Amino acid sequence: MSKSSQLKFLSRLALAAAASLVFTTGASAADKTLTVYTYESFITEWGPGAKVAEAFEKTCECKVTYVGVADGVELLTRLKLEGAASKADIVLGLDTNLVAEAKATGFFAPHGIEAKDVKVPGDFTDDTFLPYDYGHFAVVYDTQTLKTPPKSLKDLVEGDPSQKIVIEDPRTSTPGLGLLLWVKAVYGDEAGAAWAKLKDRVLTVTPGWSEAYGLFTKGEAPMVLSYTTSPAYHMVAENTDRYQAAEFSEGHYIQIEVAGMTKSAKEPELAKQFLGFMTGPEFQSIIPTTNWMMPVAATKEPLPEAFGKLVNPAKTFLLPSEDVAANRKAWIDEWLAAMSKN
Amino acid sequence: MFAPAENRITITAGTLSLGGILLFVCLAVAALLFQAGGFGNGVLFDAYIWRVTRFTLLQASLSTLLSVLLAIPIARALARRARFPGRVWVLRLMALPLGLPVLVGALGLIEIWGRQGVLNTALAGLGLQQPVSIYGLFGILLAHVFFNMPLVARLFLAGLERIPSEYWRTAANLGMPPAALFRFVEWPILRGLLPGAAGLVFMLCATSFTLVLTLGGGPAASTIEVAIYQALRFDFDPQRAIALSALQIVMTGALLLVLARVATEPAQSVTGGRASMRYDADTGLSRLSDTGWILFALVFIGAPLTAVVGSGLRADLAKLAGDPTVHRALITSIAIAVGSALLCVGIAAAMIRAAGTVTAGRHAPTLARFFAGAVTASTSLVLLVPPVVLGAGWFLLLRPFGDVARFAPAIVVAINGLMALPFVHRILAPAMATHAARTDRLTASLGIRGLHRLRWIDLPPLKKPLLMAFSFAMALSLGDLGAVALFGSQDMITLPWLLYSRMGSYRTADAAGLALFLGLLCLIFTMLGTAGDRRVPEGRNT
Repeated sequence: MSKSSQLKFLSRLALAAAASLVFTTGASAADKTLTVYTYESFITEWGPGAKVAEAFEKTCECKVTYVGVADGVELLTRLKLEGAASKADIVLGLDTNLVAEAKATGFFAPHGIEAKDVKVPGDFTDDTFLPYDYGHFAVVYDTQTLKTPPKSLKDLVEGDPSQKIVIEDPRTSTPGLGLLLWVKAVYGDEAGAAWAKLKDRVLTVTPGWSEAYGLFTKGEAPMVLSYTTSPAYHMVAENTDRYQAAEFSEGHYIQIEVAGMTKSAKEPELAKQFLGFMTGPEFQSIIPTTNWMMPVAATKEPLPEAFGKLVNPAKTFLLPSEDVAANRKAWIDEWLAAMSKN
Repeated sequence: MFAPAENRITITAGTLSLGGILLFVCLAVAALLFQAGGFGNGVLFDAYIWRVTRFTLLQASLSTLLSVLLAIPIARALARRARFPGRVWVLRLMALPLGLPVLVGALGLIEIWGRQGVLNTALAGLGLQQPVSIYGLFGILLAHVFFNMPLVARLFLAGLERIPSEYWRTAANLGMPPAALFRFVEWPILRGLLPGAAGLVFMLCATSFTLVLTLGGGPAASTIEVAIYQALRFDFDPQRAIALSALQIVMTGALLLVLARVATEPAQSVTGGRASMRYDADTGLSRLSDTGWILFALVFIGAPLTAVVGSGLRADLAKLAGDPTVHRALITSIAIAVGSALLCVGIAAAMIRAAGTVTAGRHAPTLARFFAGAVTASTSLVLLVPPVVLGAGWFLLLRPFGDVARFAPAIVVAINGLMALPFVHRILAPAMATHAARTDRLTASLGIRGLHRLRWIDLPPLKKPLLMAFSFAMALSLGDLGAVALFGSQDMITLPWLLYSRMGSYRTADAAGLALFLGLLCLIFTMLGTAGDRRVPEGRNT
């Protein structure tokens, strides 16, 4: 680069910087900001975050900023750490199991939205939290190595112990807790005995979903605890129907992801507007192929073909959030006792 | 001994460093306790905690024992074979496992030892039915040896290389048989290093979390760290988390004290400082066994790493390499690694030097001995304070000062630096002690001091351990996910964070590609660590 062109380049750079400065200050002076706390995968480049923000900003003359933490559980921890001083207007990404605990913090305000169009299996409704997507837990299996997948939870529990499954730990992960509640919902007081039987089929118990799914796709076990929507990713993004979810005759436990607005929200009207937008067709259309979960309300276009091939559970289990909060420790102890026996 | 002014500076720097560490930890703990409203009176020692504690002790003891037992012959073989083509690459390979996120290492191990791994496939090919199962205690031990044995071997090797050449010459003159050589020349050095190295491995294994759960086969294999994580993250019970951390520290502290009794102060002797000539290297038997051990290390460590590279190569590397998010993560990771390594080496060197200065002479005052003890203890036990506790504590402390995300880089650098301290201390302390014993009196009597001393007397021989310490600290920080995950803001993305994030959204191929990048970066860091090993001409001072 010659000296003059270097100068020109520098001055252009300075001009661009100045322009962008003016632009951003101009924008923030006119608009309000909505701060959304969510889990990290929501705002990755392939996640729904950016598209959601863009679509909402068109309707609200505001700016959406995200704060991302590891997962739904971490969201609640973060709120407890921050207390009433939290900057969050919206908290998006808790699941139904955390609802009672989240309400107990007293940080959340009722949303006051009727949400007639929202339809979730199991008919979950709440005055504080609104659902935005859901998925059923399911045993996902590798069709190349497992020809006869279990047809029920009973099948899974009593089946051939040499056909292994990788599950997640209920002490450290939400899918792990999901399976725990699923077994509880089906077996009730016999859950401990069921776990003792299932134990021989469990290859290992990983701290989170990523480790379990990693072992599964490496071929270490023909089954893994995941979601009914997992095969959709492989069909849509990888063009393979090798991995499928097994439909269980008893029914499937559901995970509903919800959002709520905080009492300390600086823009309560805007927050409410966002929650309304969240159950509308714009937002709902973004969810399926970015978050790989099922929409809770009508989408603009029909879902991709792959979603039609997914397991659609005939029966949905959902234990009341209060029961989960009250009994979680006892149930985990029961699980520990059954799974630790030799 | 020293000019008093210089002494004062040395001691002040050391004291400030020690005070800084203690303050950093205590403030975080105090903040968490304050938030929780003081100490609770919940039941801590229920049957669950008791069982978890027992398993923690069991697996960590066994892992440590195996790592140390395997490291001794490997370090001896590498010390005896001071020159062979590719030796420096073997050393670099040995620094790699620590720099990888544990999940990456675990997946690499599974490709070799897993149910569908190379070994079981080969065994099945031979018609054997009983597969080797990595899930259970065996897998935990295997993984811990994979991650920690190379570290111990490097520490031992550095010790063996400090043995003055005069020893070997005398031993050769006396015609010592190999057993006597080990007993009288090598063992005293190894014994001096043993408590430090074994203690370090024990702590790493005791606080192991992802590996223990993933390979453990079930909740019977859980460590106290799992309970801490559960308490703070799932139950949000800071009191319990802190009480469990305290349990972990007390338990391991007691064990380290016992171990320390094994140690003997290695005799520091004046030496001409010539490069060692190993007269015992030429027998056929030693050649055979050394080759065997080096090959074993190479395959044991190299095979899982090769598997990691293999999976990485199947990813769309070009796309990843052009991804701006990856660039940002790369830069952030390097910046954090360099920052925390500088901090860690600086603090460690200051504390070691200060402890050496105050305890110099025959009759060190009690206070001085206490200071030196505090330095050793703090550099050890800091590893037992879970990063999740430090992170949450500092989050609370910094919250009143505005957006916590702004402070995240500084806190992550500090936490990573602290976590590397035990490693760096074990690399630097013996080297600096040897150096001090060899040069302190002479330089003092010649009146060489200040920067002049640093430049001409201290830096040249300490360059090698300093670089090694620096590269270890960088590698450790590189592979670490813990501290970053706590603050998790989209403004600070590191490579391991990105890797986990891609893995968490079905993008396993991307994750494998990123693991390859991480491995390469780590390799570059370890090349820096062995930079001091190059070009050591015969007979020159090393």
